[in-house]
Amino acid sequence: MEYETIIGLEVHAQLLTDSKIFCGCSTSFGESPNHLTCPVCLGMPGVLPVLNKKVVELTIKTALATDCNIAPYSQFARKNYFYPDLPKGYQISQYELPLARNGYLEIEMEKEKRHKKIGITRIHMEEDAGKLLHELDGKPADYSYVDFNRTGVPLMEIVSEPDINTPEEAGEYLRVLRAILQYLEVCDGNMEQGSFRCDANISLRPKGMKGLGTKVELKNMNSFRHVMRALEYEIQRQAVVLDSGEKIRQETRLWNADQGITESMRSKEEAHDYRYFPDPDLVPLVVDDAWVDQIRQSLPELPTARQERFVKEYQIPDYDAHILTAVRQLADYFEACVRLGAQPKAVSNWVMGDILRRVPDTRLIGAFSVTPAHLAEMLGMIDAGTISGKIAKAVFEDMVTSGRMPAAIVADKGLVQVSDEGALEKAVKEVLDAHAEKAEEYRQGKEKLFGFFVGLVMKATQGKANPQMVTELLRKKLAG
Amino acid sequence: MKITRNDVEHVARLARLRFSEDQLEVFTSQLNDILAYFDKLQKLDTTSVEPSSHAVNLTNVFREDVVTASIPEEESLKNAPASERGCFRVPKVIEG
Amino acid sequence: MTELYQMTIHELHDLLKQRKASSREITQSVYQRIEAVEGMVHAYITLTRDTAMKQAAAADEKIKRGEIEPLTGIPLAIKDILCTTGIKTTCGSKILENFVPPYDATVIQKLKAQCAVFVGKTNMDEFAMGSSTETSSFGPTGNPWDLERVPGGSSGGSAAAVAADECIASLGTDTGGSIRQPAACCGVVGIKPTYGRVSRFGLVAFASSLDQIGPFTKDVTDAALVMNGISGYDPQDSTSVNREVPDYTGCLIADVKGLTLGIPREYLATDGVDPEVEKAVRDALRVLEKQGATLKEISLPHTEYAVAVYYLIAPAEASSNLARYDGVKYGYRTPGDASLREMYETTRSEGFGAEVKRRIMLGTYALSAGYYDAYYKKASQVRTLICGDFEQAFTSCDLIVTPTAPTPPFRLGEKLNNPLQMYLSDIFTIPANLAGLPGISIPCGFSSQGLPIGLHIAGNLFAEETILRCAYCFENHTEWHLKKPPLT
Repeated sequence: MEYETIIGLEVHAQLLTDSKIFCGCSTSFGESPNHLTCPVCLGMPGVLPVLNKKVVELTIKTALATDCNIAPYSQFARKNYFYPDLPKGYQISQYELPLARNGYLEIEMEKEKRHKKIGITRIHMEEDAGKLLHELDGKPADYSYVDFNRTGVPLMEIVSEPDINTPEEAGEYLRVLRAILQYLEVCDGNMEQGSFRCDANISLRPKGMKGLGTKVELKNMNSFRHVMRALEYEIQRQAVVLDSGEKIRQETRLWNADQGITESMRSKEEAHDYRYFPDPDLVPLVVDDAWVDQIRQSLPELPTARQERFVKEYQIPDYDAHILTAVRQLADYFEACVRLGAQPKAVSNWVMGDILRRVPDTRLIGAFSVTPAHLAEMLGMIDAGTISGKIAKAVFEDMVTSGRMPAAIVADKGLVQVSDEGALEKAVKEVLDAHAEKAEEYRQGKEKLFGFFVGLVMKATQGKANPQMVTELLRKKLAG
Repeated sequence: MKITRNDVEHVARLARLRFSEDQLEVFTSQLNDILAYFDKLQKLDTTSVEPSSHAVNLTNVFREDVVTASIPEEESLKNAPASERGCFRVPKVIEG
Repeated sequence: MTELYQMTIHELHDLLKQRKASSREITQSVYQRIEAVEGMVHAYITLTRDTAMKQAAAADEKIKRGEIEPLTGIPLAIKDILCTTGIKTTCGSKILENFVPPYDATVIQKLKAQCAVFVGKTNMDEFAMGSSTETSSFGPTGNPWDLERVPGGSSGGSAAAVAADECIASLGTDTGGSIRQPAACCGVVGIKPTYGRVSRFGLVAFASSLDQIGPFTKDVTDAALVMNGISGYDPQDSTSVNREVPDYTGCLIADVKGLTLGIPREYLATDGVDPEVEKAVRDALRVLEKQGATLKEISLPHTEYAVAVYYLIAPAEASSNLARYDGVKYGYRTPGDASLREMYETTRSEGFGAEVKRRIMLGTYALSAGYYDAYYKKASQVRTLICGDFEQAFTSCDLIVTPTAPTPPFRLGEKLNNPLQMYLSDIFTIPANLAGLPGISIPCGFSSQGLPIGLHIAGNLFAEETILRCAYCFENHTEWHLKKPPLT
């Protein structure tokens, strides 16, 4: 039978704050266990939470960027369950009254050349749990160990509508969402370190049927590729189950990346009953228009808008603009070069070629040794005819390793292009004299030999000859 | 509303409590007395009444996003029934 | 001759200021008294004599420097629910029997700043759940007026310690009457301030939306002095109110002219009010009327629901607040290697007493799927109606006067096996917690058996000054507060 796939995604994004959501402990990553804890995040008796204002502001930013309605009145609730990584025996989250609802974002499916809106059901704030370790010194241990450093790190949960129909759309949704969060400087989007996590709900229904099939929750996917692969696997698995006339079991399945399959989590002894209720230690949150407007003023230009502007303002192809604007830092880099006077298309070619090869994680381009000033100066030297495109490649390599400015490199290595007609004429003459037979062959019609002469002239001038002038001179002499 | 022994056992599991057979009997009966007393609430019409989770109307209490010192790890672990290498030690947790 | 331990804060303050006594002498005197009577009363879980003597010495230094403050050098007892750095804080529970907090409650910090002296940590119902101090896992406290009877609860140790002169004043906490009811039972003054007046930071939570810290003292002036010392906004408690703290001694005028005292007709109709209690309260009202107060019958129509609302909301919050006692981070853990679930269940079943478990069960049930709307949510809605009753009432009166407890203190063990009966003994104090209102209990007479009876005066939000003024006036025209228990 043919099936239609219905996918909804739940993203947990770690908010970029310095301190935790309810206490002053640092949110930094990679500290030794339990070094970033205090009585509040350890859930000691008698301590109380106080909400970090920036958590609210970053969530409002996200809500605005995804066209959500921001609740004028929202509330924190306790989600009660026992687990060793949850020190209070409850997680402070939002339940009945989340901060934002009913937004959307737009994804662009490259192949099909179409845009699609994916609804966002809700966005709420919550605290992260700690970490359970099952090994000690890399060996399996008889116990488990708890590290509470992450406990209380602020998270934003973004729940999508079940508007996604293919793994590719899921991947694109995540890419677009992550780009927005990165643009907003709300989340660093690092999936490997767990600051951007995704769970998926997926169900199948016979094509054309209304209503939803039984959904399965997928967890443990720590890259976009894994999300897509897990969804692909799950579509196959569920189709096989349904084709055989059996029913899908409502359950949570874990993605096993090594084997490329999803596995049923051993079903819990009992269904979860989180007993949510308003947290009496915290007071309601009231967000008025003035506050929202103030945050709206601070919103940066978002990826889609910037892409459109790049095409219009810099006359670069849509494809280039799409790639350049995917990551805010990359787009900033591009624009910085252009502002320094470089030709937009030339910058785009260099960025999408040599620079992307050198900087695999473009969010870190700010730390790249070739700054916009370097690149712009080098492109200016090409335009001015000071160096050739070929020399530029060598200059670029030097800048990558040394970080020196291109003018300094060119001067130091004597790479300035030779455009002196007399010197070039002499070089051309010497080459033709030394290869008189070949020159004759050329004149007889063996035109392929032209490149051979160009190469020899360049070699004789250690690559510094102005290529256009060499071409002209050769044509003149060979014709003559 | 009446609470059955099964309900009591279910609630005990949620609350991570365990009772002997005798205790279960006593609890079921005591909880039923108390719940019977609570039934008086059901006769009140509260359809348009907002629930109060506080008596004093406060809103928007914040702290600024400023890092303050954490406590030394020894202090965090000092009261722990079991700890090892800077971590709280618990019975082996089987994932899932 | 009056012993130092028998005196009030303001009397001792005068002696300290005039250098007629030192804090060390006062503290010594208190410990001598403790040695003499603690064996009978059992008001304390932990005594901290060594640190107390050091604190007394530091107080004497401060006084010598001319920096005396109202509570400097005064020996105080602290309910064992308030966290104290380096000193065991048990909450009356086996599950916290060895818990030593690395932090002080905000109120402790405030008292330390004045160089008060901390005598010890007082006994209490386990996690403040009880009205008799019998649910403590460290054994019951005796009522100094009759050792066979309960001192009330949950702050029974703090009330008994003041009544027995085992400290000069003490701190307790009140969630449904846990300061006012034991104050009445022990014949001392006890105040539950407005919710948000005193920081809850470091108060081990029972029911977060109801808990409040307050003083037990020998007279109303002392109550005002301790209120001055502990009140105020705390950025560490999101529910504390940022509002100026007045000098509560400024309102101590022996005059109630122009005050209207509301007498709720529903309270007088309550079943089970002891006739001797009723008479004592009527006599007290007459005293106040004579001093110029106007008595007015008022109505609080939702009063009859208050106990039910309270015993849903408080256990619901408690079931969540007490989830952190799981044997992982601090406190008791069952010995031996077990699976995680077994460790949780055994630790909690062994660590908590019967009343705590009963309330965790009740609260878990009230929040669980399918029952939330009928119980927790319903109770929260009726809470709104109860708050509305008071709002309405305070448009026509300044204070509301009732008995503190329906009966004089009952016998040890009398209500232990009938939880509902025990719950109903909080009927007069619970509504103030639900509505966040301040209330005081002051001695207003004795039963024919010589047991203390308390008068409860509740006021509007942040009307502590009006309450204190009325209580002070009553105290000035009666001598109940001067009576001492016949402990020998």
